[in-house]
Amino acid sequence: MTLSGAALLQANSSRKWLGSGRPLLSFKEKWALFFLMPFATMFVAFVSYPILYALFLATDRSAYTRVIADPIYARTLWNTFLFIVIGVMLKMLLALGLSSFFVLPGRAIRIIAALFILPWAVPHIPSILSIRWMLNSEWGMINNLLFQMFGIDGPAWLTNPSFGMASIITVHIWKYLPFWTMILVAARLGIPKELYESARIDGAGSMQQFRYVTFPAIANVFLTSTMLTTIWSLGDFNSIYLLTGGGPMERTNTLATMGIRYAFRHADFQAGIVTLMSALPILVPLVIVLTRRLRRNADA
Amino acid sequence: MQELAFRPLLRQAALIVLGALILLWTLLPLYHMLILSLTPVGEGFAGKLWPDAPTLDNYRIVLTQDNYYLSRFWLQLGNSVLVAFTSCVIVFACSLTASFAITRLRPRFAGFASHLALVTYLVPATFLAIPFYQVMGSYGLLGSRWALIITIATFATPYAIWVLQQNAGSVPRELDEAAEIDGASPWQIFRLVYLPLMVPTIVAVGAFAVMLSWNEYLYAFLLLSDEDRITLPVMLGQFLSDDSAPWPLLMVSGVLYSLPPAILYFLARRYMAAGLAAGSVKG
Repeated sequence: MTLSGAALLQANSSRKWLGSGRPLLSFKEKWALFFLMPFATMFVAFVSYPILYALFLATDRSAYTRVIADPIYARTLWNTFLFIVIGVMLKMLLALGLSSFFVLPGRAIRIIAALFILPWAVPHIPSILSIRWMLNSEWGMINNLLFQMFGIDGPAWLTNPSFGMASIITVHIWKYLPFWTMILVAARLGIPKELYESARIDGAGSMQQFRYVTFPAIANVFLTSTMLTTIWSLGDFNSIYLLTGGGPMERTNTLATMGIRYAFRHADFQAGIVTLMSALPILVPLVIVLTRRLRRNADA
Repeated sequence: MQELAFRPLLRQAALIVLGALILLWTLLPLYHMLILSLTPVGEGFAGKLWPDAPTLDNYRIVLTQDNYYLSRFWLQLGNSVLVAFTSCVIVFACSLTASFAITRLRPRFAGFASHLALVTYLVPATFLAIPFYQVMGSYGLLGSRWALIITIATFATPYAIWVLQQNAGSVPRELDEAAEIDGASPWQIFRLVYLPLMVPTIVAVGAFAVMLSWNEYLYAFLLLSDEDRITLPVMLGQFLSDDSAPWPLLMVSGVLYSLPPAILYFLARRYMAAGLAAGSVKG
């Protein structure tokens, strides 16, 4: 590495023929290029090239007809909408509510917080397989408990079309709620204590303190988190594929699972890309807004 | 008076109930995995809260690969370790150098480079699965563990750059300047000043990279097919719709597979908090 660095420097000095005056790149910038090489190589080979390839695949006009003519496609769009809107809303509201619990002082609460993070820390596959068995209508623990406690026969959570999406959203929330709760807890712990003291002196109750002190202070983080989780929920393949595989009756397919299915079960890569590209009208603006927000926060 | 003494008590009771509900919600699926792993094969699936005759024999069967379905348990676990370790090394190589260039050398194109990293970090990996598969095919890497290693490194590196960039402020610039006056090259500054001072962030980034790799299913499933090369999640996923598979044994593998990231999280927790605050790992 040091050798190639030296070679780079030598190359600089032999470039006098380029003309006098300011060099194209300063000494430090040449070094910066050298240091950026590994990432740049990776980016070109494994990010740019796949994206260009995807755009190339998407030039197949007939793929659009195939996808739009597929009756499952409209259903998939609706499912994606439900999954994103309800999933994200519930998850972030629960995270906000639970963050009030986890910011309380006390050893017991610290211990609960440490255990609460487990669904996020444990890999997706084993936990989803476990939940799949819990939700089995005949042998599953949930329906067994329902029967023992209330004497009712629970529904077939994963194979009854009316319950499929609800089960998936619940599992998605189980997995990702801890993470977003902890992000909000971190944001809330950063709020200066004096703000609460002066609010109390002004006679603000706990609801008012939340409304006028807590929420304004974390609104920025809350909004950024909501946008981030929207993007990543669009890409959540595991929760759906491993629980229902898109069934029953295609009621739980989202664009992510549908796109992968076209490509790898029906070997129709063009249709797969076109399906995934339906998410771009949401994805692209969110990525642009988030890039700006995150960079602004980082620079501040 | 009575009301004053009563309300804190009521509040306390409400908090205890809430805490219990949170724990129940969080731990039930994990508890279920654990008790299913203790249920004798063939007796399971009754949905009981505790098996009639709990046994550790399933663990013996899995650890000695004494079952057709789990005949390659150690090999596949080894693949998971190999993939996690190697991709972590690549993530370090690419992200440490890039973050040094962006934050310490500050070239005119620093903003552009960090922009590219951030955008890559934001896009969900699922959306690139189809072209990625094709591209791996054109590089002749399909079926090779390298394909998975590179995938994980590609998706973890932008996050690593982002977090390192956020935390590079903790290395005072005066140290760089002093080293420069002493005649140190940027490479020496990188090695002797930047790396040692970034150790806490490097630990966090490494832990995230390993956890991401341990969690990866979609790409592992698409890119690898050979029984001897797949990682453990792919093996577990193969039995999804097979009701006659020995589920208690698969749950044993699940429990064993879940332990390393959970332990890693608790060990690196102190360092990871900074990474969390800096803007989260991929969900």
